[in-house]
Formats: sequence, C-alpha cells, structure tokens
Amino acid sequence: MAFGSNTLDVSVWRGDADGGKFESFQVPSQESQTILDVVVWIQQKIDPSLAYRYACRVGMCGSCAMSVNGQPRWTCRTHVQKVLRGRRVEIAPLRNLPVIKDLATDMDPFFEKWVRAEGVFHPTLTRNDEIARVSPVDQRRVEADAAVECINCAICYASCDTVQGNPDYLGPAALNRAWTLVNDVKDGKRSSILEAVSQEGGCHNCHSQGSCAKFCPNELSPITSIAGLKRETTKSFFGRG
Amino acid sequence: MLTLRLFILQRVTALIMAPLVVGHLALMIYAIRGGLSTGAILARTQGSWPWALFYGTFVVAVSVHAAIGLRVIVGEALKFRGALLDVLSLAFCAFLLIAGLRAVLSVTML
Ligand code: FES
Repeated sequence: MAFGSNTLDVSVWRGDADGGKFESFQVPSQESQTILDVVVWIQQKIDPSLAYRYACRVGMCGSCAMSVNGQPRWTCRTHVQKVLRGRRVEIAPLRNLPVIKDLATDMDPFFEKWVRAEGVFHPTLTRNDEIARVSPVDQRRVEADAAVECINCAICYASCDTVQGNPDYLGPAALNRAWTLVNDVKDGKRSSILEAVSQEGGCHNCHSQGSCAKFCPNELSPITSIAGLKRETTKSFFGRG
Repeated sequence: MLTLRLFILQRVTALIMAPLVVGHLALMIYAIRGGLSTGAILARTQGSWPWALFYGTFVVAVSVHAAIGLRVIVGEALKFRGALLDVLSLAFCAFLLIAGLRAVLSVTML
C-alpha cells in the first residue's frame, strides 16, 4: 500500500517471551479510528498471525490494554488521532508482564497477586440469611465505592515503576482490590487482608509516585487505596484498628 | 522488600529525627553567631550526658532510617533479595551506628 497522507505508519512489536522487534505496517487512516481498530485491521488484512487480546470493545472487559507510544492504554477506547505523532504510532505489549506472543501478555502473575493480596471476597452469610444492608453514605462504603470500578486491565500495573523495580510487589490493582474488601462490612476476613498486604511485596513498598492514578482508564486512584491500606495496617499494628 | 514492621520503623525514626534536626540546626546557628571556638564548644559538650543523649539518639535513628531506605534502593536498583539484602542492610546500619556513636562519644565523653 502506498504511504500517503491518509495512511498511518504503525510500528507493532512482534515476538514472544524470548524477545522480538518492531515491525512496520501501513494502515489506512479513518475517522474515529481506535488503536484496537488499527490492530484488528492489521491482523485481518495484512498478517493473520498477529496475536493480541480483546473482547468487549467498549471499555468494560479490560482485556485490550497495550502500550501505545510507550504509555499503557485501553486500546478500544483510545482514539488514534489523540495519540498520533505525525503519522506514526507505536504499539507494544504491556510492560511488567511476560509476553506470550506479540501484543498478548501473560496475565497470570497479575491475578496471582490479587489472590496473594487476599483480594477475594470472604463471605460470612449463607444464601438463607438476610442480605446485609449497607448504607450508600456509610464512610467505609464511600471508600469502597471510589475504588470498586476496576476492570482488571493491568494498565496501572504496567505503569508502576515500583512493580518494575520490585517484581514481588503486589501492585496497584491487587492492593486497590484489597482496599475495597477491607471496607466491605460483608467481608469476614479484614485482619487477614491487612496481614496479607503487610508482607514482603505488600502495600508499604509503594513509593506514592501515582502513575496508577494517572493512567487508570476508569479514573480510579489506586494510590489513594494504597495510602488507606498503609494507614489501616499501621493502626492495626498499634492495636487501634 | 518493605514489610509493615520496617515501614513503621522508618516512619518512627523519621519522627524522632525531625525535632533533633531542627534542634541541631538551631544550635549550629547559635554557636556560629555567638562566635564560639572549637575549644569552647568542646568544653560545653565534654562530659555532658544531655548532649550525648541528644546526638546519640540522632545517630541511632539515622542508622535505622538510612539502612531501611538504602535497602529499598539496593533491592530495586540491583535486584538484591533475601538474606543478601538483609545482611547488607544490617551491615550498613551497623557501620552508621559505629561511626556515628564513635563521633558522639569523642565529643562528649572521651
Ligand atoms: S476490549 Fe474490553 S476494555 Fe477494551
């Protein structure tokens, strides 16, 4: 295809866990085109072997995150026009996660850390009990509300320099999830969660740089959740929480 | 790298150091403006338990605080982990303690 003014010059990272390199593709520019549209176009029209991941295409599922011009983004909601540098755009797999192939990363370490952070609900009632009533204006509910809309896209995890420097670090998403549960009155293991986030790699390793809040596509603030965890764990250490 | 215990230890030592640093700065300004000679300063500090305690506390807090900070930097930058990181942190803490307390002792007690 000719390289004209209506053509995008797209660099796509190709490779696997053993390494790889950028490959250049010429893609026709279209109105309201998203980065995911570009990736799909390449795979459908030029190279069917291009590996990547997506599902909902509307910013709900969190599976389409990639590194675009060096910054982690949800590609289905990222307009090409907003990120173009001249006619160029560079698309790579998310940072801080092992690559499976091309743009698809292995999310296992990311979700394993959710489990390590006790980011799983610990029920106290059975289906025969009354549903617990939680007031929407309850302070703990308000804290949880602010953090609960996470779509597990791993963008915060990819943006976090602390994860990069310390691969044991649980990362913003897992800790943000733990914080929602710490504030959930229906969760029966608050102290286990506080214990889990206080280990090596726990919330106290956060340097408060705030990339997580800057890049979160849902405008959540994991850094605030982590600060909350630091506060609550400290309180419980001194026997006040 | 940082557990809750180390985190709290670092925050607590920071809290201890803050007023001591302010006190030290105020003292420096006072001593210099007053034109005190080295001999005059040493005459005041020699044999003084309060000054030994003031600077001794500072040295202990600094040693713990700095060793924890360095532990994180070394861990993240050089990827040291586990026992090696523990030994390095403790060795640095011990070095600061010995060097610092030696200095404190020599101006207050020896
Ligand atoms: S494809 Fe589901 S969030 Fe982008």
